[in-house]
Amino acid sequence: MSILVYAEHDTENLKPETAKVVKAATQMGDDVHLLVAGENCQSIAEQAAKLAGVAKVLVADNAAYGHQLAENTADLLVEMAGGYTHIVAGATTTGKNFMPRVAALLDVAQISDIIGVESDDTFIRPIYAGNAIATVQTADKVKVVTVRAASFDAVDESGSADIEAVDVVKTSERSSFVTESLTESERPELTAADIVISGGRGMQNGENFSLLEGIADKLGAAIGASRAAVDAGFVANDMQVGQTGKIVAPQLYIAVGISGAIQHLAGMKDSKVIVAINKDEEAPIFQVADYGLVADLFEALPELESKL
Amino acid sequence: MKILVPVKRTIDYNVKVKVKADSSAVDLTNAKMAINPFCEIAVEEAVRLKEKGVADEVVVVSIGSKSCQEQIRTALALGADRGIQVETEDALESLQIAKLLAKVVEEESPEMVILGKQSIDSDNNQTGQMLAALTGMPQGTFASEVEVNDGKVKVTREIDGGLQTVELTLPAVITTDLRLNEPRYASLPNIMKAKRKPLDVKPAADFGVELESHVKVLKVTPPPERQGGIKVADVDELVEKLKNEAKVIS
Repeated sequence: MSILVYAEHDTENLKPETAKVVKAATQMGDDVHLLVAGENCQSIAEQAAKLAGVAKVLVADNAAYGHQLAENTADLLVEMAGGYTHIVAGATTTGKNFMPRVAALLDVAQISDIIGVESDDTFIRPIYAGNAIATVQTADKVKVVTVRAASFDAVDESGSADIEAVDVVKTSERSSFVTESLTESERPELTAADIVISGGRGMQNGENFSLLEGIADKLGAAIGASRAAVDAGFVANDMQVGQTGKIVAPQLYIAVGISGAIQHLAGMKDSKVIVAINKDEEAPIFQVADYGLVADLFEALPELESKL
Repeated sequence: MKILVPVKRTIDYNVKVKVKADSSAVDLTNAKMAINPFCEIAVEEAVRLKEKGVADEVVVVSIGSKSCQEQIRTALALGADRGIQVETEDALESLQIAKLLAKVVEEESPEMVILGKQSIDSDNNQTGQMLAALTGMPQGTFASEVEVNDGKVKVTREIDGGLQTVELTLPAVITTDLRLNEPRYASLPNIMKAKRKPLDVKPAADFGVELESHVKVLKVTPPPERQGGIKVADVDELVEKLKNEAKVIS
């Protein structure tokens, strides 16, 4: 069982998800190779080589992979697929973008967003916004799998894998990168944070999200949002937690002014401890919250901040 | 240009699903069904491109049993011009759907295919990417903005850290994110008109696609239930519980 894992990074840092995806991969087989594709990504390769359980790091360093365009990345993975029983990536927007393309080019199915590994061909994944859990078995020779990072622990950094260059350049003429606008934040990444505090429609406007900031700073938390808050334009959409946004499973999730629609719960109900602050005591969020506080958030938040 | 929009019949997004007692699947008996929300956004985008004069024909396709004609009619009422039902009784996997769609693309030669980024039942998020791979088209997934210009399309994509814009040479595949647009409601006259729009039914077998199943569902179970929590009286009690009982803050 040789497993090829796609390492996700932003050219400067290996994304924390990768260590969790490697954990999932080690449950599928022993011989785990990490592929680092990008432009000027040697330092990423060095970080990747430290992950425990990684036998080899392969580096495809070329401008063609600079922005992880699906066309180029998929072609690279397909070229490298020979000899591997599994191709694995995180179920991030990057992995979700190119992995089904890899699967189709290899004429195999893809198993999306797994939360558990039963055996080398059997995986567990949520369906219907997490309201049902399916155990699926694939008959394909090459298993193409994306992993929900929030469901696996990170491997530690005790490894020292060999680094090898890969000399494969794939460039599609029909797709090119134009521009990128990334949200700047000093706070931890939403999907990796131990504590997340999220605001919903009850926040009323974007300025009021500053009420969450003081608390987030004191707790070292990331700030999230419900779809209602994003759609109303309160905050940027990359902060959205839910079926169609990010899936988080922090130690502590604080939902403020969020009713708890099915789609939002899909993104956070595996959090260890859930706190709900809402003035509507009938809000569905209270059915999943470990600690519920029925209160006006405009009074409760400043008080909470002062007491932390 | 011609735009092809594949749509899927799924459970209505407000329905709380139940797993069957024999753990074989989710129970859809008598469940309210609807057009997948992301597919609705795809139809809306195609219709808007037609209204802007960018597209001249919007063709909707759905793969499934006769009941999916309802969702094709919904799309026609929203402004699509004609429908194609690829008839099959089996529940198909994304790869099989993509293979059938690739055949429809071959027949129809659209300049653009717009799909939803995922269906809210299987939550796979695969079909558009697979279709792009099989037809050799470039892909713009999770689109929140689409701008067609001179044989190319600029797609602004929602990525984990923010937004990314790519430029694709047509024909291309685009998958929609929620923020691409707000779908309109179908008016009664348009629903009536939609009944007279052409809808072709083509048996899946006629496409000559090998519909081999790759994945077996061994079981479907309800997710672990969370223990019902407690209500705290005030912020002091909340902070005290989080520190001393749950021990998640210090």
